[in-house]
Order: sequence, then C-alpha cells, then structure tokens
Amino acid sequence: MSKIRSPKKVDVVVVGGGNAALCAAISARENGADVLVLEAAPKPFRGGNSRHTRNFRCMHAEPLGTLRECYGEEEFFDDLLNVTGGKTDRELAALAIRTSEECYDWMFAHGVRFQPALSGTLSLSRTNAFFLGGGKALLNAYYRTAAAIGVRFIYESPVLHLELDGGRVAFVDAEIDGEFERFAPRAVVAASGGFQSDLEWLAEAWGPAARNFLIRGTPYNRGVVLRDLLDQGVESVGDPTQCHAVAIDGRSPKFDGGIVTRLDCVPFSIAVNKLGRRFYDEGEDIWPKRYAIWGRLVAAQPDQVANAIIDAKSIDLFMPSAYPPVQAETIGELARKLGLSPDSLAATVAEFNSSCRPGAFHSSEPDGLSTEGLPLAKSNWARPISRPPFYGYELRPGVTFTYLGLRVDRNARTQANDGPVENLWAAGEIMAGSILGKGYLAGFGMTIGTVFGRIAGREAAEHAR
Amino acid sequence: MLAETISEARRQSEICNACRYCEGYCSVFPSMHGHRSFSDGDITHLANLCHNCRGCYYACQYTAPHEFDINLPRALAEVQVASWKGFAWPSGFAALFDRSGVTISAALALSIAFLFWLATLVRPESGNGFYAYMSHGLMLAVFIPAFLAPLISLGISLRRYWRSAGGELTWRGIAASLRSAGRMSNLSGGHGEGCNFEDEDRFSNARRWFHQAALYGFILCFASTCSGTLLHYGFGFEAPYSIFSLPKILGVPGGVLLCAGTLGLAYLKTKADRNLGAVRLWGGEMAFILLLFSVSFSGLALYAATGTTAVSWLLPLHLGFVLAFFLTAPYSKMAHGFYRLAALLREAESRARASQA
Repeated sequence: MSKIRSPKKVDVVVVGGGNAALCAAISARENGADVLVLEAAPKPFRGGNSRHTRNFRCMHAEPLGTLRECYGEEEFFDDLLNVTGGKTDRELAALAIRTSEECYDWMFAHGVRFQPALSGTLSLSRTNAFFLGGGKALLNAYYRTAAAIGVRFIYESPVLHLELDGGRVAFVDAEIDGEFERFAPRAVVAASGGFQSDLEWLAEAWGPAARNFLIRGTPYNRGVVLRDLLDQGVESVGDPTQCHAVAIDGRSPKFDGGIVTRLDCVPFSIAVNKLGRRFYDEGEDIWPKRYAIWGRLVAAQPDQVANAIIDAKSIDLFMPSAYPPVQAETIGELARKLGLSPDSLAATVAEFNSSCRPGAFHSSEPDGLSTEGLPLAKSNWARPISRPPFYGYELRPGVTFTYLGLRVDRNARTQANDGPVENLWAAGEIMAGSILGKGYLAGFGMTIGTVFGRIAGREAAEHAR
Repeated sequence: MLAETISEARRQSEICNACRYCEGYCSVFPSMHGHRSFSDGDITHLANLCHNCRGCYYACQYTAPHEFDINLPRALAEVQVASWKGFAWPSGFAALFDRSGVTISAALALSIAFLFWLATLVRPESGNGFYAYMSHGLMLAVFIPAFLAPLISLGISLRRYWRSAGGELTWRGIAASLRSAGRMSNLSGGHGEGCNFEDEDRFSNARRWFHQAALYGFILCFASTCSGTLLHYGFGFEAPYSIFSLPKILGVPGGVLLCAGTLGLAYLKTKADRNLGAVRLWGGEMAFILLLFSVSFSGLALYAATGTTAVSWLLPLHLGFVLAFFLTAPYSKMAHGFYRLAALLREAESRARASQA
C-alpha cells in the first residue's frame, strides 16, 4: 500500500460484482466500452447479496415465460405503495416497473434461465420470475456472458476510495494483492451494495444491540464506497437509521446464512423472550405481511433473542428451516433445552392455553381463532400448545439490507451540489433506497438492480466515448 | 460407513430442503421437497436418483468455503456406492466396489490370459471364421456361466434394493422410467442445455450425448449378440455373417457408438472436478469406461480382421475383454444402470400417484 503507481486508464470501472454490477458491465461492454469490474469478494463468494436471491418481480401484460396471467403496472405500483407507505420516488419507481417487462427477455438472452415458482412459494408465481438454480446460477451466467464479450474482472479488489475532483470522479483506488492500485476511468458505475455487514455502522443507528444482529447476506457489503462518496458530498437518499430485518433462526451463521435461515413458524407459535414472556401478537396477519416487522420486534427484546414455541399440531404447517427444532416431551424440558426458566415458560403457556377457545383453524388465511381475555392477544391461529412433542426455535434479528443510499436521476446518474456528478452512475442496492424507502417487496431488489444496472452501463459507455 | 455417508447426505438435504432453488434441475429435488425429514431409505433413493449432473453444486451459494459446505453431488455419490455395497449379493465381494479399478485390471489380465491359454490348448480341427480358432461349444462353455452368474448376482442385489426402497412396480412407472433413461432427461439441466461437468458452471449436453451413444451402442451390441444366437440356433446360420446380416447391421453401428461414447465420457471425466463425485471411485469408473471401450474396439477390430491371421490373437483378446466385463459387472460402475433405472421407476410411480391424489 506504500507506493502509488501511475493510474491505469480504462473506459468504465464497475465497482462491485453483484447483479446490478454485472448488468452494468455487460450493458457498457455491449455499448462499446472497455470495462473493468472490481469485485471485493474472492471468486467463490462473488456476487454480493445477489447470490442469495431467487427471483425478480416482473410486470407483464400477458403470460410471459414462467409467469402466469398478467401483472400490470398499476397493480405493481399499488403493491409498492402498500409496502413503502408511499416512501418512493414515483418517477424512478415507474421506470423500474415499466422496464421490468423487457428485462425478462434481456436476462434470458444473457444466459439466465427461469423455472416455475418453487414449491412453497406459489403465491409469487404470477408476479415473480424464479431463476433456475437461484441467484448464484444467475451470476454464473452473467459472469460467463460478460467474460465472453471481453469484460475484465479482478476479484478480491476492494475499492477504498473514489477521488472526486471538479464534479467528476478522477480516480478509483483499490487494494489488489495487498498493493494499492489507482485507476483513471472515463466513467464509473458504483454498484457495491449497502452497508449492512458493517456492524459498527449499524450500531451507530441502532445502538450496541446491533452487534448481536445476524447478517443474512454477504460479509463484503461494508458500505465503504457509499460512505466515501457521502463524505465527499454526493447526495444521499433513504433513512440512514433503518435496515430491513426479519426474524431468523438464532443458530444461523453470523453472515451469509441466506434463505435457509428463514423461519415461518411464528403465526402458529407463541413467541417468548428470554424471560419466557410473550411480547407481540403472533397472529396479527398472514406471515408474508408480518415477517418483516419481526426482526425489529426481536431486536427490542433483551439480548435480541426470542423463542417460538409450537406443538406437534403445527410442526408440518410451515417450510422446514435448515436447522431441526429443539424438541421435548414436556414444556419444562423444552424450556431447559432452550435456556429458559421452566416455571415462567410453563406459566406463559398455561395462561395462553386457557385463553384459547374452540373454533375452526385455517393455516393459510386469517381464521379469527383468537385468544380471549389475554392482555396481549393472539388474533389468529390461537390453538393451545398442548400436544407433545413440543418444539422450539430460537429467533434472532437477521438484517437483509439497509436503506441509505445515493440519490440518482432517471439515467441512474448520481447527484452532488444540486447537479449531476459528471461521470458517476449508481445501480442496485446502493441506490435502491430511492424507490424502496421502507419495507420490502419480494424480488423488487433484483428488478431495480437489473433495470438501473443496464441504464447505468449504457450511460457510462456513452459518456466514455 | 453407510451410516456416516447417509447422515452427511441428510445434513445437506435438510439445508437443500429449506432452500429449494435447484428444484428445476432434475428429479432429485422435487422428490426431496416432498419430505420434511429423511429416512435412510429416502436418502438412498435420492442417491440412486442423482445423475451427478452437478447443476446444483455450481448454483449453490453454500458450497465451501461457506461453512455449510454443501456438495450434494458428492454426498449422494458416496451414499450411492455405499448402498450398492450394502445390497450386493454375494456380499463377500462388496468391497470390490472400492477397488474396482484394481478389480477390473486383474480380471482383465486373468481373462485374457485364460482365453489365450484356452485357445492354444484346444485348437479346433475344423471350423469357419473365428470358429477355426475356437470352437462354438468352447465359447458357450465359458460364456454361458460368465453371463448368467453376474446377471443372477445383479438381479438379487437389485431385488434387495427394491424391497428396502418399498417401490411399486407398475406399467406406467416402467414406461416413464424407460422414457427418462432413454432421453437421459435428468442430464438436461431442466432447460435442455445439459449439465455442468467438463467446464465448471458452463452448461453442455456433451456428457448427455456421449452417454446416450454408449448406452445405445451397448444395447445394439447386445442385440447383435442375441441375434447371432438366434440365427445360430433358430435358423442354423453360423458365423461369419455378412455385412447385411442382422448381427452386423446391429453390431457395427453399435460398436462404433459404444467406442465414441466411451471415449467421449473418458475424455470428459478427465476434465471434470473429481471432488464432485465419489472421489475414491474415480479410478474404478475410468477403468470401467475404458474396459467398455476395449470391448467395442476389439470387437470392431476382430470384424475388420476377418480372414486374416490376426484373428488368432484378436479373438482371445476380445473375448478376454468381454469376459472381464461380465465378471466384474456386479461390482463395477455397470451396477449404476440397474439401480438408476430402479430409482427412476420408483420415482415415476410415486409422482404419478401424487399427481392423482
């Protein structure tokens, strides 16, 4: 890192190696530019959080490939407004939604293959196109396509700094093989994701509790480029204090656990904190509409941990997780195995059970089977926890992504001092906060990455001419 | 050994079952996703259903160096061979699976030596074509037991597998499994672009087409031999047969296909990552492929040498290859075809039942 070599000239540098970065690289190369991709991760972990994705949300006027029926612009927009509570840039959102339809064929033409909605995800079969093999297979296809047309890659090349000078990026500084490398690109696409794997940064917004959070995605999204640009006056968008967190299996790895750490058992459970007490209505609504609030609910509990307790009646009602549940023949034994006080868990279960009332149970829709007389009600699916064996899953908050990002215009160009940064575009999670200001819509992150990655690549190549 | 390999495959299957991204690649995943937990029999079934196309490995976000260390193609390949050892009859020879490279080489040397010895010892006084070098009766005396014994061994092993798997034999199951094997549809990758074998994550149908060439070549060669037997005993036509006879019409293209298929498979095998299969078995699998190549190539050479004195050494050589192939069949890679077909059959039937329900 000591000596600075003379900067290497290149048309377009793409910072990052995920879906948006690859879409930008391919698009820039196809528009005639010489393209270099700087990916911080080593090859086996390339691709950022895109490795963990499985589908993208796609507008379509009629059946398209694996997508059934139709999913129109208005309905798509309503779904977005619904989850964001209106916190979205309407112009950019409309652009993402409208362009999503042509992305399907573009993705196919660049090697991505689709499969019908996976078992257990039929609710998404009309709105979301699933990648055959998942996100890593999509990335493999893009890396092959990009390499075939002459895009160059350097793995393990974290970018540390973009030198802004006179309203444009003059240099890109990266660390490669322990050496400091400086590039002088004509144009730059920043597609290096959010900052959710920098626990200290999360702790700035969340307090020390954030150090106990699990990070569902790549450990390489540390927000280095994002912070570097914000520090130099590039305009931000999105709430810096918010992240999208869901409740996941507490035994998951600290990073990179991905989809298999998901737990869908909460609606059929009672969820207790480490004191053995319930803290929220587990049956408030169907799980797809509630799973995203449970990350912060658990985060607010002592030690950021909770346990979902179910009995033999419910064990087959949800998708299995990667870890088998803790199992016991009595509530007391289960409490001991989970590290809870047997007396307080038994008391909580007894109180809950005595508040359950008879009625028809329907697992797939709100069934109105609620508790009676409990200060903290369970509004649906309230059945006594009574038939052994009993099962417990530890829950912890799992962070999916952060909202803070770079403001862009409809050409994906970043902004500073009330004007565009001349040669800096942004795509993917690093700018998604413009559109997804709050909440999450399944598969929409990949839509944003694809749409704006392609735009950013094209614009960067035009500029580099 | 079996218990360990099964528990590792179970660990991985439970992770796969929580992910499901690979559902469209092959039959293994839809079959897996019908379960919440996996019995030893379930894992054995998945293992024998797996064609080792490796699509799931390259698509997997949890392969090493990730701490989940998923390598399902390998885990299932290990269970597969462990299960064959468990079902093998007579079980005393089951350990040969682990050393089938050595087994095949030894069987080969002994078979060839034996046939040369036989050929020089009992040279017939008269006879046409290769019967001038070895009488028909002598060949039958050697090959009828050498053909039937492995067939009986494989038959009993397979029956033990079928009983433990608890499958049901139906016509629609048979038809569906033959269709699947005939098209090798589990090597199509689900999108028809093939599997990930010789060049990491690149999809290619090369392995599928070479395997088809080997499979159909083998069937044609087998049919050629059967047709010769039929002509000999049913119609009194004895070898040598002309190029327009049934044994040659079937045998020559069969031999060419089998040669091309096995050579292609051997080549691809040298390119593929050995760590995505049962690593210890690589040599045995390669020996098996080369043995099949030797059978077909020496057969074609023998035909080309008709009327020349080369027949005197090509004949015992070819018969030596054939004999070694038969003798090692129950404990070599040859077993995979039978177990695979049985697993496909069981899967086809259980899927048909599920779709009716």
